[in-house]
Amino acid sequence: MSEEPVISEELENLLNVEFGPEVYEIEKGMVRKFAEAIDDSNPAWQEVAPPTFPAALVPTELLHRLFNAKTPLTRLLNGTSDLEYLQPIKIGDVISVTARLTRLRQVGGKDGPTLFMFTDVTYTNQRGEVAVRGKNTYIKY
Amino acid sequence: MSGQVYYEDIEVGSEIPALVKYPTTMQLVKYAGASGDYYQIHYDKDFAVANGLPGVIVHGWLALSFLGQMLTDWLSEEGTLLKLSGSYRGMNKVHEDIICNGKVTKKYEEDGRNLARVEIWAENPEGDKTVTGTAVVALPSRG
Repeated sequence: MSEEPVISEELENLLNVEFGPEVYEIEKGMVRKFAEAIDDSNPAWQEVAPPTFPAALVPTELLHRLFNAKTPLTRLLNGTSDLEYLQPIKIGDVISVTARLTRLRQVGGKDGPTLFMFTDVTYTNQRGEVAVRGKNTYIKY
Repeated sequence: MSGQVYYEDIEVGSEIPALVKYPTTMQLVKYAGASGDYYQIHYDKDFAVANGLPGVIVHGWLALSFLGQMLTDWLSEEGTLLKLSGSYRGMNKVHEDIICNGKVTKKYEEDGRNLARVEIWAENPEGDKTVTGTAVVALPSRG
C-alpha cells in the first residue's frame, strides 16, 4: 500500500508564519476557575497562575487553522507539552500570545499515516518580558 | 504539604511525594471551560467512542496539571518550577485514579542557583505510564 501524503499545501503554507499576538488580560476569576478546574487549592494561585495555566491562553488563530486544515486524518490528540518559565504570570498581567508552526512530520504505521505538528508559543507580558516559552506537539491520525 | 524542601535535603534518586487524583466527567467539563479546550473526546462519550476511544478521556494538559501540582506542592513557598514537560503516552480514563510520581535525576549548581532535574510520570491503576516528562526546579539552600 503506498503511503498517502497527508501534509497538504495548506499546512505547509503555515510553516514559520507567526500568528498573533492574541492578548489576554489575566483576571483573578479566570485564574481561580482554572485552579478549581485542575483541583489545586494552593493559595499561591490567588496571586500567580499555576504552571499549566498557559494552556488557557490559547493561540486560537494558529490552532484553528491546524485543526481545520483539510487532511484525510480526522482524529486529533495532544502529543507533548513543554513549558519554560522565565517570569511568573501574575493576576493583572496582560499576556500577548504569539505562535508558530515549526515543523510537520508524517510517519507511516500499520494503521495508516500519522501527522505530527510541532508548534512554538511565546507568552510575553505587558513589560515586554517573555514570561513563558511553550512547545506543543499535536498528532493527527 | 509538609514543610519546605531544601537543596541539601535531596539527592539523586530522592522521590517526590506522590499525588493521587481522581478525575470525573464533571471535572473534565470544568477544565474544558477553564482552558477553552472543547474537543468532544473529553466530555461526549458517543463522540469519543466513535473516534475509537474507550470513552471520554482526560485532557493531557489536565494530567500534566496534576503533575504540576505534585511539583509545586513539593517545592512549597521557596522553590521554583523552571521547566515542565510531558509526553502523552496513554489515555487516562475518568473515574479512575491518576497516580503522579517524581524522582530527582540530577542535582547541580548553575549561575549561583541550586537546581534539580526531576523525572515525572503519571500512571493509571494498571501501572501504565500515561504521561512521562521532566521538570527543572530551583530549590532554596539552608546555607
